[in-house]
Amino acid sequence: MKKFEALHAVAVPIQQSNVDTDQILPARYLQKPRSDNFGDYLFRDVRARRQGSNEMPFVLDQESYRNGTILVAKNNFGCGSSREHAVWALCDHGIRAVIAPSFGDIFFSNALKNGLLPIVLPAATVAALQDAIVARPGSQMKVDLEAQIVLAPDGTSHEFAIDSFAKHCMLNGLDEVDYTLSQMQAIVAFERSHDDEMPAPTGGQR
Amino acid sequence: MIDKGEAQTLFEKVWSRHRVVERDDGQVLLYIDNHLVQDGGVPAFEFLRQRGLTPRAPHRTFATPDHYVPTDSRDLATIADPEKRFMAQTLADESARAGITHFGIDDARQGILHVIGPEQGLSWPGMVIVCGDSHTSTHGAMGALAFGIGATEVAHVLATQSLWQRKAKTMRITVDGALQAGVSAKDVVLSIIGKIGTAGATGHVIEYAGTTITGLSMEGRLTVCNMSIEAGARAGMIAPDDTTFQYLEGRPYSPKGQDWDSALARWRRLPSDAEASFDREVSLNAGAILPMVSWGTSPEDVLPITGRVPDPQALANADRRESGMRALDYMGLTPGMKLTDVQIDQVFIGSCTNGRIDDLRSAASVIKGRKVAAGVKAWVVPGSGLVKAQAEAEGLDRVFTAAGFQWRHAGCSMCLGTNGDIVAPGKRCASTTNRNFVGRQGPGSRTHLLSPMMAAAAAVTGRLTDVRQFMDEAPQP
Ligand code: SF4
Repeated sequence: MKKFEALHAVAVPIQQSNVDTDQILPARYLQKPRSDNFGDYLFRDVRARRQGSNEMPFVLDQESYRNGTILVAKNNFGCGSSREHAVWALCDHGIRAVIAPSFGDIFFSNALKNGLLPIVLPAATVAALQDAIVARPGSQMKVDLEAQIVLAPDGTSHEFAIDSFAKHCMLNGLDEVDYTLSQMQAIVAFERSHDDEMPAPTGGQR
Repeated sequence: MIDKGEAQTLFEKVWSRHRVVERDDGQVLLYIDNHLVQDGGVPAFEFLRQRGLTPRAPHRTFATPDHYVPTDSRDLATIADPEKRFMAQTLADESARAGITHFGIDDARQGILHVIGPEQGLSWPGMVIVCGDSHTSTHGAMGALAFGIGATEVAHVLATQSLWQRKAKTMRITVDGALQAGVSAKDVVLSIIGKIGTAGATGHVIEYAGTTITGLSMEGRLTVCNMSIEAGARAGMIAPDDTTFQYLEGRPYSPKGQDWDSALARWRRLPSDAEASFDREVSLNAGAILPMVSWGTSPEDVLPITGRVPDPQALANADRRESGMRALDYMGLTPGMKLTDVQIDQVFIGSCTNGRIDDLRSAASVIKGRKVAAGVKAWVVPGSGLVKAQAEAEGLDRVFTAAGFQWRHAGCSMCLGTNGDIVAPGKRCASTTNRNFVGRQGPGSRTHLLSPMMAAAAAVTGRLTDVRQFMDEAPQP
């Protein structure tokens, strides 16, 4: 996992609640290998629909937001399917942090495991941030994970919470598997007593 | 008497028995009893290899291809797209290499993982079950703690048979009373989501309780728990009882003999203590639940079939107003039109929500002696090879084909369309699946979620239809 460095970047407003992972990464790209650039598939259908209409281009395709790496989203961002590919698409596009009042549970943990920082802030704060960046497209924000602070374009600072272990992994680019493997003795000891109470299912005959 | 301090919910009992260690930040390493792997989970094996690791507990891992399998053939070689074929084939190869039990496409037991877990007796009360698929919540109907995980977590579980989790909050949803004729488990869960919203249970594990829930068949309970994720929940659970035990007894992977007796004794202690308290409580009256249908692009956009397409302009909340407008535009619907006036092009009966034998029986009971409306393309995709065989033994396949349905092989199929079974752009599908997201059944597809009986009724009339009108009518000869 890539280390999370302090961010100072253009913030992109996603002005829709319940953005599901089917929107972020359409299902037909689930068969693509991880070596692909999933950024090409990010919000693919939403972007194509906008291009084919006389509406404004999708926000990521607008000049002022093209280099944005912080998303400011609404309620329940990343709900739905467990596909980690949605996180890969955001990461491959260059997004490093998503700020929202709430997230889909599975998306939230997938994000942490890929170095994409999900930040929960109160709905009113997020709404104010969105208003500020919509009023001045291209506005920059800062995210300081070490201090657990988001700095709004107007300089106001907003503290956020994060599990200390997840923070440690993000800051140091560490992989949770390695840590868990260091706990293997405990797992083996647990299994010894647990296997009697809850053995693995066996006996399936064709 | 258990005093309030010691009283535990079903979730807390299962949780506490699977704690391996706790980290300083409060996360718990939870032991995984049963890891289910589908063909979409293939990238995890690659992660494992990159880290030089191998699956730690293949005997606790079960695999089947469901997302990428064709439903018109039982031969992976017929998959024209090499990437799709790769997914299904790689699962078979990796499973063989690791010694993981794999129900291949040529095995009658193959099917959607969330159908075959309970069907094979792999999902037991009190287990912790995970799968790289959000609808793993389904298995909670057996009294298990079951939830979906991402690809990195799949690799983590393969490598360590455990997972770091923060304990979720608890929420009890109580549904009491008798359901009207024509109303099913699907209508119950759609009503719940309509009431609490798609983020209504975020961060919570739901326990479904009440006389309506305990009165449901195992299949109905699986349908309810399946859609817990559409309410935002981490998992959904139902206390195991005699319905659960009768369903499990004698299944291929269920405990046998003395093991069964001791398991049963443990399982009977799992239900929440009477004094246990939940962080949130919600209740519904079953008698007030009508046949439901979705009108928009979120599972919370549901209404009784007697309703009209809502007018988002009338909503006070600007965000909801805008998303409602966007949904109606995508769905091609006008505010105020009667839901029963919505014409459909396709019908899909299947998926891990409604692809079980009870679902096919209830749909067939509506279809019997009737015909699919002209111009409507209607499919039945059983949830597993064994569901298909059972339906054929009961003659249900002939009821469907005589009416003009296509009778297909088991798989996820048009629920997600990753195997190529999709709803064409702009076409409207009455579907027994669980998500009506934009493009879910294929780019530009329009999905109306409903129950198998409601899907059958829509197939007959060619529009969304209140199935209750078929309840008093004698079927045509
Ligand atoms: S049937 Fe649909 S929801 Fe269920 S596992 Fe398959 S794709 Fe997912």
